[in-house]
Amino acid sequence: MADKITVGYTHLSGCTGCTVALADNYGGLLTLLDKYVDLKYMPTLADVRHIQKVDVSFVEGSVCINDKLAVQEIKETREKSAVVVALGGCACYGNITRFSRGGQQNQPAHEAYLPIGDIIKVDVYIPGCAPSPQMIRNVAVMAYLLLKGTKEQKDLATKFLTPLMLAAQRGTTACFCDLMTEVINQGLCMGCGSCAAACPVRAITHEYGKPQGVRDLCIKCGACYNQCPRSWFSFDVVPAYEAINEAIMAALQ
Amino acid sequence: MGAELGNYKTCVSARSTNKHLLKHSQDGGIVTHLLAFALGEGIIDGAIVAATKEFAKANPQKVMMDNTNWDMVEPWRPIPAVVTTKADLLAAAGTKYNISPNVSLIKEATRSFGLDKVGIVGTPCQMQAIRKGQLYPIGLRDVGASIALALGIFCMENFPYQSIVQLVEDHAAMKMESVKKMEIGKGKFWVYGKRGQVVQLPLKVTHKYEQPGCHVCLDYVANLADISTGSVGSPDGWSTVFVRSKIGESVWAKAVAAGAFEIQPIDKVKPGLELVSKLANEKITKNKATLEERKTFGVGKALRNPYI
Repeated sequence: MADKITVGYTHLSGCTGCTVALADNYGGLLTLLDKYVDLKYMPTLADVRHIQKVDVSFVEGSVCINDKLAVQEIKETREKSAVVVALGGCACYGNITRFSRGGQQNQPAHEAYLPIGDIIKVDVYIPGCAPSPQMIRNVAVMAYLLLKGTKEQKDLATKFLTPLMLAAQRGTTACFCDLMTEVINQGLCMGCGSCAAACPVRAITHEYGKPQGVRDLCIKCGACYNQCPRSWFSFDVVPAYEAINEAIMAALQ
Repeated sequence: MGAELGNYKTCVSARSTNKHLLKHSQDGGIVTHLLAFALGEGIIDGAIVAATKEFAKANPQKVMMDNTNWDMVEPWRPIPAVVTTKADLLAAAGTKYNISPNVSLIKEATRSFGLDKVGIVGTPCQMQAIRKGQLYPIGLRDVGASIALALGIFCMENFPYQSIVQLVEDHAAMKMESVKKMEIGKGKFWVYGKRGQVVQLPLKVTHKYEQPGCHVCLDYVANLADISTGSVGSPDGWSTVFVRSKIGESVWAKAVAAGAFEIQPIDKVKPGLELVSKLANEKITKNKATLEERKTFGVGKALRNPYI
């Protein structure tokens, strides 16, 4: 137990899809819990639900600022965690909760939702709706290596996590429009198709080799922009894909 | 010769031993024959390739364009398609010289097409997209491990569809529908007509039509593919082949053992690896300069750098 990292899971206004994605690692999740992670608290998957002091907190969902408990929980999460990871589109960017106008029973006054980065400082983003089980797994393994690994492993984990830390610094809004403003308008799009593949609501097609979005379908999850190889791309990490994939798979054996 | 060629285990000059296949393919038939072999052996159970309207119209279930009015789709516009037979592969073979967003089908191939082992063909940037997607599968649930073979093609730059129209119809004065094959080689852009006519354009003419996004690309020979191939470095009708990953090594060894390819050592052919290296360095040097220029593009304002 001594060399495990302690992890917590704070669940705010999210649909539990991120929890399901985490659980969908099946045996991999059990190995994570066996070898690397001491899960201190988590609604749904653990009995302990109250926030505790941990190395890494994963936060699912956005914060309803009309809900005192939610505001208190996100602040407490920040205060008690060395590293806060925003898990999924709602925590990172608001995602579908951006469209809330309140009026829903039994809390009709709960109408204003903010991504957690608008309330606290966030260290790492895992965008997407829901993020894939493999993405959550990769970040969990890298977080372990960052805190408990050898120097070499720490370096690798730092390099791997850097783009996700920069994503957390970049901001708390996301939209299909990011592809227009940050990729196409910047003269960077080369029409690979990643954005259309990543979009969970099939809002993106390609016309003459460039992304075309149905903006009314976009749920603002940030998957398209962050999957794009021209949003961010690390030559320190991606070319080593074979070795990194093998290391992650070996860690989960 | 060094980093510009990427990591590779072996490099050879090769061509398919299937004469029929060579008639359909761009150069040595490497991509088409490798995918056909992988399909036959069960290494992949389908592949994402760049097809055209003729194929898509005849096989609407193999492309994601259900409600398309095919009369509105132009000739030589690439359409990503998921193919599962050798006949389909032949029907889709050949380079299209404009952007085919093949990666857009990488998740769908494992969903509505039901593939467990996907093959994909793409440019160097598309190989970067695939590998980023395997390490950071943000919206690619269960896709990474399904990618069973990624074949990369050498690429100096690509063209938007409308640029190809400009080159073929304005500069080469041919109709798009009468073109049989396009090719870049020997410093020229070649357009071959179905009636046998051949028009060549100096590459200089094509530069202003290149896709701007290509000018920040630092990869010529698809460094991140399992196997990458292109005509440069090999004699006419042959292709240069880099075998890069463990997957690539295993598939290539099986294909060679099965007699799929004729092989020559790369150091025995003309113009050889030196030319590949020269062109790779040209591309990388030119595009690094573009990245530098972007840093001071405005007055105290930079254009965004995608590389971390």
